[in-house]
Amino acid sequence: MTAQQGISADTWTVAGRTFTSRLIVGTGKYKSLEENAAAVEASGAEIVTVAVRRVNISDPNQPRLTDFVDPKKITYLPNTAGCFTAEDAIRTLRLAREAGGWNLVKLEVLGEAKTLYPDMRETLRATDVLVKEGFEPMVYCVDDPIAAKQLEEAGAVAIMPLGAPIGSGLGIQNRVTIRLIVEGAGVPVLVDAGVGTASDASQAMELGCDGVLMNTAIAEAKDAVLMARAMKAAVEAGRLAYLAGRMQKRRYADPSSPLAGLI
Amino acid sequence: MTVDDTLSVRINGEHRRVPGGTTIAEMVNQLGLDPLRVAVERNLEIVPRGSLGQACVEDGDDYEIVHFVGGG
Repeated sequence: MTAQQGISADTWTVAGRTFTSRLIVGTGKYKSLEENAAAVEASGAEIVTVAVRRVNISDPNQPRLTDFVDPKKITYLPNTAGCFTAEDAIRTLRLAREAGGWNLVKLEVLGEAKTLYPDMRETLRATDVLVKEGFEPMVYCVDDPIAAKQLEEAGAVAIMPLGAPIGSGLGIQNRVTIRLIVEGAGVPVLVDAGVGTASDASQAMELGCDGVLMNTAIAEAKDAVLMARAMKAAVEAGRLAYLAGRMQKRRYADPSSPLAGLI
Repeated sequence: MTVDDTLSVRINGEHRRVPGGTTIAEMVNQLGLDPLRVAVERNLEIVPRGSLGQACVEDGDDYEIVHFVGGG
């Protein structure tokens, strides 16, 4: 693909669904549902992650996310945030499938509250079960190329390694392993978690990732809607830079103006 | 079942009473919820949306009623 084609027709496909935006945004931590909706709009995201939680039966008339972000226009990707065992995650996604009617889901099984680091043994076990039940899980995982391979073999439709711990905003800690995962994967790879600012998102895309998933970097920015715009631009810039192919690094200077004709 | 013909159930961890013969869809409606926008689990088993209108609430049922909320 040339860079010119890249601008107009650069799409990516996960489990048979094709998307133009490579930015997936979360819908947690916003000050209001209005701000949340405005940020989703500004981000250009076509997929948002959502959590599955009990309805408030004491006050059923509380404002709902679905009134602000239309699930007919934006793909809802239900997650398993807060699940620490395969069983909890599977139960949550069965409910999500019933609530939404779709099989494309985000699986995350966490190992501990302090780091929210994925528990890969439980994650793999849940992936196996979910795939057998007809789910199409996009799977949050450690930045480990072997674990990524195992998930893909188990039927994960996308591999989503963390750049850094959830909500930390530390940026991509291990570019080498993210790149190895990209090179080895036959399914889309998205950096999920750890992005803090626009350059982190660009870096993920420059490494060849198919997309980036983020929540806190936008929701906790002083101006969330403006940061959503920044992230949209950053993901596009990083993608274009990846397609363009960056120059080789040199250890010393190389003048940009011709030496010939120097007075 | 009690003498006043109501059923004792738990919904999202809260104790509730509903009239005998109520379907799950009716119970969800009575809570002020749209059955098309939630998922219902009864005693750890999903109740498919298509059968909410037929399945009757039983005394002692434990329900989880969930929906989508903001999350990362």
